[in-house]
Amino acid sequence: MSDDPGSDALSSSERRPEPVEAGDPQAHPGVPTPRRWPVAVVGAGPAGLAAAVTAADRGVEVVLLDAGRAPGGQYWRQRGDVTHPPTAGAGGEPHAEHGSRRLRALWSRLAEHRAAGRVTLLSGTSVWQITRSPDGFVLWLTPSPGRPADGPARVAAERVVLCQGGADRQLPFPGWDLPGVMAAGGVQALLKASGTAAGRRAVVAGTGPFLLPVAVGLAEAGVEVLAVCEAGRPTDWARSLPAVLGVPSKAVEGAGLVAGMVRHRIPYRTRTVVRRALGEDALTAVELSPLDADGRPRDLVRRVEDVDLLAVGWGFTPSVELALQLGAASRVDVDGSLVVAVDEQQRTDVPGVWVAGEGTGVGGAVLSDLEGRLAGAAAAADAGASGGLPRRGGITRHRRFAAAMHRRHPVPAHWDEWLTEDTVVCRCEEVTAGRVLEAHRSLVVQDARSVKQVTRIGMGWCQGRVCGFAASCLTAALEGRRADEADLRGIGSRPLAAPVTLAELARLED
Amino acid sequence: MSAQIHWQGRVLPARPEQSVGAALLAHGVRSTRRTRREGRPRGLFCGIGACFDCLVKVDGGPDVRACLVPVRDGMRVEPGGPAPEEPMGV
Repeated sequence: MSDDPGSDALSSSERRPEPVEAGDPQAHPGVPTPRRWPVAVVGAGPAGLAAAVTAADRGVEVVLLDAGRAPGGQYWRQRGDVTHPPTAGAGGEPHAEHGSRRLRALWSRLAEHRAAGRVTLLSGTSVWQITRSPDGFVLWLTPSPGRPADGPARVAAERVVLCQGGADRQLPFPGWDLPGVMAAGGVQALLKASGTAAGRRAVVAGTGPFLLPVAVGLAEAGVEVLAVCEAGRPTDWARSLPAVLGVPSKAVEGAGLVAGMVRHRIPYRTRTVVRRALGEDALTAVELSPLDADGRPRDLVRRVEDVDLLAVGWGFTPSVELALQLGAASRVDVDGSLVVAVDEQQRTDVPGVWVAGEGTGVGGAVLSDLEGRLAGAAAAADAGASGGLPRRGGITRHRRFAAAMHRRHPVPAHWDEWLTEDTVVCRCEEVTAGRVLEAHRSLVVQDARSVKQVTRIGMGWCQGRVCGFAASCLTAALEGRRADEADLRGIGSRPLAAPVTLAELARLED
Repeated sequence: MSAQIHWQGRVLPARPEQSVGAALLAHGVRSTRRTRREGRPRGLFCGIGACFDCLVKVDGGPDVRACLVPVRDGMRVEPGGPAPEEPMGV
């Protein structure tokens, strides 16, 4: 392969949209002057791909912006590059019904739309900021790490469909900063995108159905999975039967995963948490504790030795920073996540802005796909295209299923009781739980935002993406209450949605 | 097609579809830097570019997230992040 770091990227001529309209008269020389697109879609996971393809199906020109090397997002994570179509079995969870067939269908339609000039795909491109302009929006772009800087610095669009997906939700616990402790989704990403198993002897822990494909995926890669520790009580599923029956494919998917757990003899411990990770310079052992009826870790400790990988996740946190940058209304979802409020057409309260997928509430790939189709159709209709909107029935059923799932897999009510004084809460700024307590005691700060400013919690590189949820819960708990929308919005609002260079910031002056 | 990357003087075989972080981990490199304040080891954590724990420097360039940068033959990878602070009062 060549020395060009972007040799697997699209050729530069494909990456750069043709300037066909007058564009921005203030454009800086050297900054490509983009045309104004009827629709920009941010993110090419299940929601974004569906939105872009649906809008283009209706004849609307779309620019599709995606941070990944190739479309598919975290769910349909692809190896290699966009010029190669997905092969059978390449997409989707190992046992997901909603797998490679749907991806291949979207992929071939995307290829047709790109060939016809209806969709311009900018892969390896992160949107770090979105601003309003008199005739729509400006999306400010930066190349993803390792990608060539040969794309436009910004694109203008009359409408935007935001499909940013989400990332594993984390709760701090003693030792979680040791190398060898990883986010469950990250472990899955290493397997799917790089074909790399993150360890030899693994424990998978946290809550939610996503732990199962991670455990089975590791086992299929030859990793010895010592246990899946599920904090929830998923055997209570019977209580949620009406919701499950509304989505039969989910039951099939669950049965396949359970079969995988049995086939690989993976122990499944419910109402159990990892309360401590142990090791000097890397993980070597974990301590498990059962939860009592109130969600408190009990004093019983079971130690598991010779562990080099702990994959942990507590559901997902939706990425909503671009919608928040535009001032869109938000709400707190069943799982405690801050999500964007949308109407029955996936519209936010900001005219011209739609959101689809995890950003409206964590619900998985099928729901994201359905919402993406609806949002793409609604944005296309707003742009003057003909064609009715898809029905919402599937969305309603999957949303009901997601709510039932979240109720079965809550964050333990008293998770903060496993913290010690020296447990790191904010990994970037190395802020401990003790420091948060001390700030609250000595400085009489009340809310998450004040604690953030005093301790610098959530103010490092990741801007609170990792610790934001936990920090909001902790500071609210200091006042004897639960984290509310204002807490989560305070720590979830980010002026930069992706890291940028000073040169890119300087272009704002144009 | 295989590639080689350099990590602190070691030459490690890697595959181009791997991220730098995945290639290092496949060779048992679990920690890729030390933290600024406490000097604690850090490596891959979120694996999808959100957490910045896996910062490395490639070919003497600025900090990049090892989980996002694809392997390229001959690349020289070093620990990233800001240099650890000197302990005070020593």
